[in-house]
Amino acid sequence: MTDPIFGRLDLSSFAFVRAFDNPTVSELIGAGAAMAVVLGGLAVLVILTWFRLWAPLLRVWLTSVDHKRIGIMYCVLALVMLTRGVIEGVLMRTQQAFGLHGGFLTPDHFSELFSTHGTIMIFFVAMPFIAGVINYVLPLQIGARDMAFPVMNQISLGLTATGAALVMLSLVVGEFSTGGWANYPPYTGADFQPGPGPDYWIWSIVLAGIGTTLSGINFAVTIYKGRAPGMSFLRMPIFCWTVICASIIMIFALPPLTVAALMLAADRYLDFHFFTNDLGGNMMNYVNLFWLFGHPEVYLLIIPCYGMFSEIVPTFSGKRIYGYMSMVYATMAIAVLSFCVWLHHFFTMGQSANVNAAFGIASMAIAIPTGVKIYNWVATIFRGRIRMTVPMIYVVGFFYLFTVGGLTGVMLANPVISYQVHNTLFLVAHFHNVIIPGVLFGLLAAYHYWFPKAFGFRLHEGWGRRAALLWIAGFSFTFLPLYWLGLQGMPRRSVTFSDPSFQPFMWLAFFGAALILSALTCICIQLWVSIRQRDRLAAPLGDPWNGRSLEWSIPSPPPAYNFAVIPQVTQRDEFTDAKATGRAYAEPEAYEDIEMPNNTAIGLIVCVCATALGLALVFWIWWLAALSFCAMVAALIGRTFHTETTHIIPAAEIAADHRAWLARVGVAGAVNRLDETHERNAGLAIPERPARAEPAE
Amino acid sequence: MSGGNLHPGLNLGDHHGKAHSGAEAVVFGFWIFLMSDVVIFGLVFASYLTAANPMGMAGGTGPAEAFDLGSVFAQTVILLASSLTFGFATLALRHEDGRRAIARWLAVSLFLGLGFLTLEMRDFAHMIEVGAVPQRSGYWSAFWGLVPLHGLHLAAGCLWIVVMLAQMATLGLVPAVKTRLLRLGLFWHCLDLIWVAVFSIVYLGGLMP
Repeated sequence: MTDPIFGRLDLSSFAFVRAFDNPTVSELIGAGAAMAVVLGGLAVLVILTWFRLWAPLLRVWLTSVDHKRIGIMYCVLALVMLTRGVIEGVLMRTQQAFGLHGGFLTPDHFSELFSTHGTIMIFFVAMPFIAGVINYVLPLQIGARDMAFPVMNQISLGLTATGAALVMLSLVVGEFSTGGWANYPPYTGADFQPGPGPDYWIWSIVLAGIGTTLSGINFAVTIYKGRAPGMSFLRMPIFCWTVICASIIMIFALPPLTVAALMLAADRYLDFHFFTNDLGGNMMNYVNLFWLFGHPEVYLLIIPCYGMFSEIVPTFSGKRIYGYMSMVYATMAIAVLSFCVWLHHFFTMGQSANVNAAFGIASMAIAIPTGVKIYNWVATIFRGRIRMTVPMIYVVGFFYLFTVGGLTGVMLANPVISYQVHNTLFLVAHFHNVIIPGVLFGLLAAYHYWFPKAFGFRLHEGWGRRAALLWIAGFSFTFLPLYWLGLQGMPRRSVTFSDPSFQPFMWLAFFGAALILSALTCICIQLWVSIRQRDRLAAPLGDPWNGRSLEWSIPSPPPAYNFAVIPQVTQRDEFTDAKATGRAYAEPEAYEDIEMPNNTAIGLIVCVCATALGLALVFWIWWLAALSFCAMVAALIGRTFHTETTHIIPAAEIAADHRAWLARVGVAGAVNRLDETHERNAGLAIPERPARAEPAE
Repeated sequence: MSGGNLHPGLNLGDHHGKAHSGAEAVVFGFWIFLMSDVVIFGLVFASYLTAANPMGMAGGTGPAEAFDLGSVFAQTVILLASSLTFGFATLALRHEDGRRAIARWLAVSLFLGLGFLTLEMRDFAHMIEVGAVPQRSGYWSAFWGLVPLHGLHLAAGCLWIVVMLAQMATLGLVPAVKTRLLRLGLFWHCLDLIWVAVFSIVYLGGLMP
């Protein structure tokens, strides 16, 4: 019997108590991490109270439905979780560096680490970071005032934050699953892991997953219904195309994850037999369902990053993107193929050779559209007005390293090879090799590229370069040796090993992990230095990089309503053409009132209720689960009775703001590309083309 | 048709002004949500089919002892009828027959929905009695994962009707209420469609010799 009030929560659930009872290195590290969460949380509370920031935080941020603020909040969440994920990765590399016949972590602790590391990096770093960039950039690029459903957008953020909060809480109370980020049953069933670990995984994934599905609907409707006049599909920046593909994947590929996780929950909570060993359960169904989500998911991560590269490369080459149509086709092809390859995650499960061959061929076929993209980017750079700024350093790192990762993917798509290296470090090397140079480099490049748009000042170039180079070197040292170890047969997820010939490579990887930690430190320093020097780095006029799409045609940071007057789009690269023909920075004939959505607390309420619900379900506190669920439903229904959901911004106010900005543009000095990273760059660019002019299209 | 269709399904028409134009994005978004929901049902159906064999039944009660086709047929008729009555509610909305007409048809649909759920609960009670419980086998787990999932959706639909009746009474037929009624209609009809699949695949399929 569990306690009616506290469920199965008791004193020994707390990491501190466990470390006090059993002070091993492993438990002390766990308690240290719990301490970091508690102290970090307390520090935030103290700072907010001390500087009287509660009211502005609530009024300006947490209740905002502005897509720009929501986007920034997603990115902040992702960066906080990135810090935890990287530290866990470094801890694992440290353990394995000392892991010949031992090390300092217990096997369970190590398993918990790779489970949280994977879960966090995919669901609470990559996904929120991508959602953040999409949220910020998408409406600006298509000339919209906000997302199609601003309040639902806030709820999506709330649910994502709920998932992240549950994973963070698992450090302090209870423990996380030891079943890896894919959390395969029956190992994660009630028979083998009766504790709260897999439940933490289930509820953080389900709640955040619902948020992601809602985001996908929001992005898709925004693109289909919210484009400015003249912005036909084939005039959209490539990034918007990649967002369409990503949202299609969110809409169709998240349901399998929700279904698989809820079925696992039914097995664990209600003694169902979906995936158990006995009584007609079929654990292979779980594997199918999970990867039916999991494979499209990795394309959901990479496709928007392709979009980010497709914005960065033309801008910093001063040329329009090479092969626009082939980029669109390639993106769509990857999105569709991504649903046809999930079986390559379990070639060894026992289906027939013909089935494996079909999925192997489909998997290899993805290399074709991906290759098209790489060649297009290279051709875009060719004879361009190239500036090797920080985003371009990431792009170059991406070109080389991602190509290697893609090629090892083609190797793994071959079932015969897959059998040989199945479950070895080769696989770990492969997916880090596509996710770090592909997704993470894309996101960090995008962070650097759009940061001045969001905050009105550029990020410090020197620290950014150090970070980028350290990321590239750190990745290479950490993960390229793992290919070799995998080929030598070292299994993944091993806490220790017994073959001394592995050790030099482990030390190389450990060195790489230290470089990655320094790269992350450089990013923190960069942010700090940039904020300190924001006056020197200021670029409030809006166009620091001689940008090509609509988001650069408005001030930085943009006003809440984005565009004083919705632009009329005439072609691709609208803003470049506007600058070349003198249409840019023109005063419109008339200003009109703008209707904008009101702030609301519903997302915050959903976040608090859902976190309580998740925690209550993990610890079997049934009264709290019922209460928080009912409160959430009541709040959502109550919200629909509100009719005053928008406010009007008067035309006079908009006109005054817009004219003031135009006046500043009028007297400001425009800079050429030599001065791009100089103090003089206030965000007004001299239109510049490569020496050899591009042919008209 | 005046003004053409802004979204798939029944459009309100130009004479509804802002409610008609405002429906474009929200109804389109709701169609996308339904697609996502249908994927969920598709996967649960697939799981059911993989368990609908002697291995999945693990020697326990089979469908023949647990299903009552008469009752299920009655449920089917009731649910299909509720789709028709909901259609009348939507037509009353489109042709501006007034709140009372809409509310009347909504109430009939709600009554039929609750009737369906009552019969379904009775069936479930019978199944529990004969040992057709999810704890018994993978097959019954899949059944209890699928059919009550439809039932839960329908219960949510009933709650939604109650909310809409309350909103029509308090807020009147403002554009937001009108577009919500359109979306509720889509939801209701979609559940009907899913039930047709449940009836054919689970009940008729399960009772096939």
